[in-house]
Amino acid sequence: MNALRNVSFVGLLLITPLTVLVGCGDRNDSKKQTASSGEPVKILNVSYDPTRELYKQINELFAADWKTKNGPVVTIDQSHGGSGKQARAVIDGLQADVVTLGLANDIDALHEHGDLVAANWQERLPNNATPFDSTIVFIVRKGNPKNIKDWDDLAKDGISVIVPNPKTSGGARWAYLAAYGATLKKSGNDDAQARAYITRLYHNVPVLDSGARGSTVTFAKREVGDVLLGWENEAYLAQQEFGKDKFEIIYPPLSILAEPPVSVVDKVADKRGTRKVAEAYLAFLYTDAAQEVAAKNYYRPTVESVAKQYAGQFPKIDTFTVKEVFGGWQNAQKTHFADGGVFDQIYKPK
Amino acid sequence: MRFKRYSVLPGFGLSLGYTVVYLSLIVLLPLSALVVKTSQLSWRQFVDAVTDPFALAAYRISFGASFVAAIANAGIGLLVAWVLVRYEFTGKRLIDAMVDLPFALPTAVAGITLASLYSANGWIGRLLTPMGIHVTETPLGIIIALTFIGLPFVVRTVQPVLQDLDPEVEEAAGSLGAGRWRTFRHVIFPEIFPALLTGFSLAFARAVGEYGSVIFIAGNRPMHTEIAPLLIVKKLDEYQYSSAAAIAVVMLAASFTLLLLISFIQRWSASGGLKP
Repeated sequence: MNALRNVSFVGLLLITPLTVLVGCGDRNDSKKQTASSGEPVKILNVSYDPTRELYKQINELFAADWKTKNGPVVTIDQSHGGSGKQARAVIDGLQADVVTLGLANDIDALHEHGDLVAANWQERLPNNATPFDSTIVFIVRKGNPKNIKDWDDLAKDGISVIVPNPKTSGGARWAYLAAYGATLKKSGNDDAQARAYITRLYHNVPVLDSGARGSTVTFAKREVGDVLLGWENEAYLAQQEFGKDKFEIIYPPLSILAEPPVSVVDKVADKRGTRKVAEAYLAFLYTDAAQEVAAKNYYRPTVESVAKQYAGQFPKIDTFTVKEVFGGWQNAQKTHFADGGVFDQIYKPK
Repeated sequence: MRFKRYSVLPGFGLSLGYTVVYLSLIVLLPLSALVVKTSQLSWRQFVDAVTDPFALAAYRISFGASFVAAIANAGIGLLVAWVLVRYEFTGKRLIDAMVDLPFALPTAVAGITLASLYSANGWIGRLLTPMGIHVTETPLGIIIALTFIGLPFVVRTVQPVLQDLDPEVEEAAGSLGAGRWRTFRHVIFPEIFPALLTGFSLAFARAVGEYGSVIFIAGNRPMHTEIAPLLIVKKLDEYQYSSAAAIAVVMLAASFTLLLLISFIQRWSASGGLKP
């Protein structure tokens, strides 16, 4: 019987710390916040990597605006990281009231996994729920020694291209689609030609970093590569940070219209009772004040009046959308970035 | 099976109980969650996920580079431990403390530092590139990063054993006519071999799971320089939780088998398998 006693003792020991641990769990969730009661409100904006400075400035403006109109103090917490990683964190339980991510596909994922966001999220706000857009540009070394002007130049022999892995970086997906789409348009929708081009291009890529910042460091600090593909706003930021005398920004004649969208996370906002303030926050992004902040951070404003005001800052280039060339993000994702898609084919052994 | 009725050491039940609890909470629970996640796949899907050419290449790179790095560490680590135990010199304490630095340094910092040292215009890379040796963006870079993070394991496991080794035993071997090599091969080596093997397997296991330092130096190109942990992260980013878990399970099973194998060799050598 001694054996039995020992076993039950072990069992008891197993249970005790478990109950203690369970008891320690976070109880904050059960406390509902009510936006109208005059109590301070806190919401979380889960965003992608390069928007840190942008939202910091916008949040201050919004908090002041909300206070004068509605009374209670609102604090907006920010969380930043790769767009896909951030979406995954929200799926895994990060209590985001709003998401402002790098591409629509990542917000679609919030709908598909756990129904956190309503299916029609992109119709709820103007301009496909995109308050400001951007594009993909080339960053080259001073004087453009390899004379890189257009997408064709990237796939030439002896050119080393730095771009993050489109599987892990939202910005890299825009860059990939920009390169592919531009070639597709130029060749009169010849898919085979575009595929051959993209294969040559990625064989010129010596490093696939996991995110935009990683690639910027590889290119600017470690001085690897002849050209860096990236967000327009990141390009200006990199130029500011690493010196104008070192890099030049080259606009290809045709590029993609990159639309980083926003949405309320319905399930979280409803549970926490923050829908009102979350919706007001996103609506605020379309105000002149917020649009101006965006323009100052090198995002292209979508509100006509502000866009006109800052027109001189952004060179005019022809752009195409994911919708018109690839039939929307879900299609682009399936054809190009999913397992066994075109991007995988590039590296697959023959 | 019956528990022993009496033991010289009391508290067996209590200590075993806590051992089981903590092992369950900290090791077994997450691991079983992993298996549960994997079980969402059908057998066919599981096989497809883990035998995909990208996955196979990633295992090859991860296990291969880790193995080479662990071998290198076994050699260098043994030498470092030997020097630290057997010789007296100024700065010995400093070097002794430095051995642990790879433990303390955030792996990302190590990765970025190594990458900038070895890249074509870094301090070391500048010397190697004209010789045609490319470290960054190649498997060699992965091996170097893994060697860096694994070194302390070998030094710290071999050092105490060497310290306990009585120099008189060597003197005895010498006075019986054994040369230096023979003394090392037949007297010293069998003593330190089990510890060396432990250090080797710790360094190896650590290297297989290493992510932070490698991704900065590796280049991360699929089929060439993509390690398995990165492939798992990529799968997660694509919301393929189950196939990420499937690859993790394969890694885990392979690592466990290897560690088990090494522990058998260790037991065999500890029981005199290496002695003539």
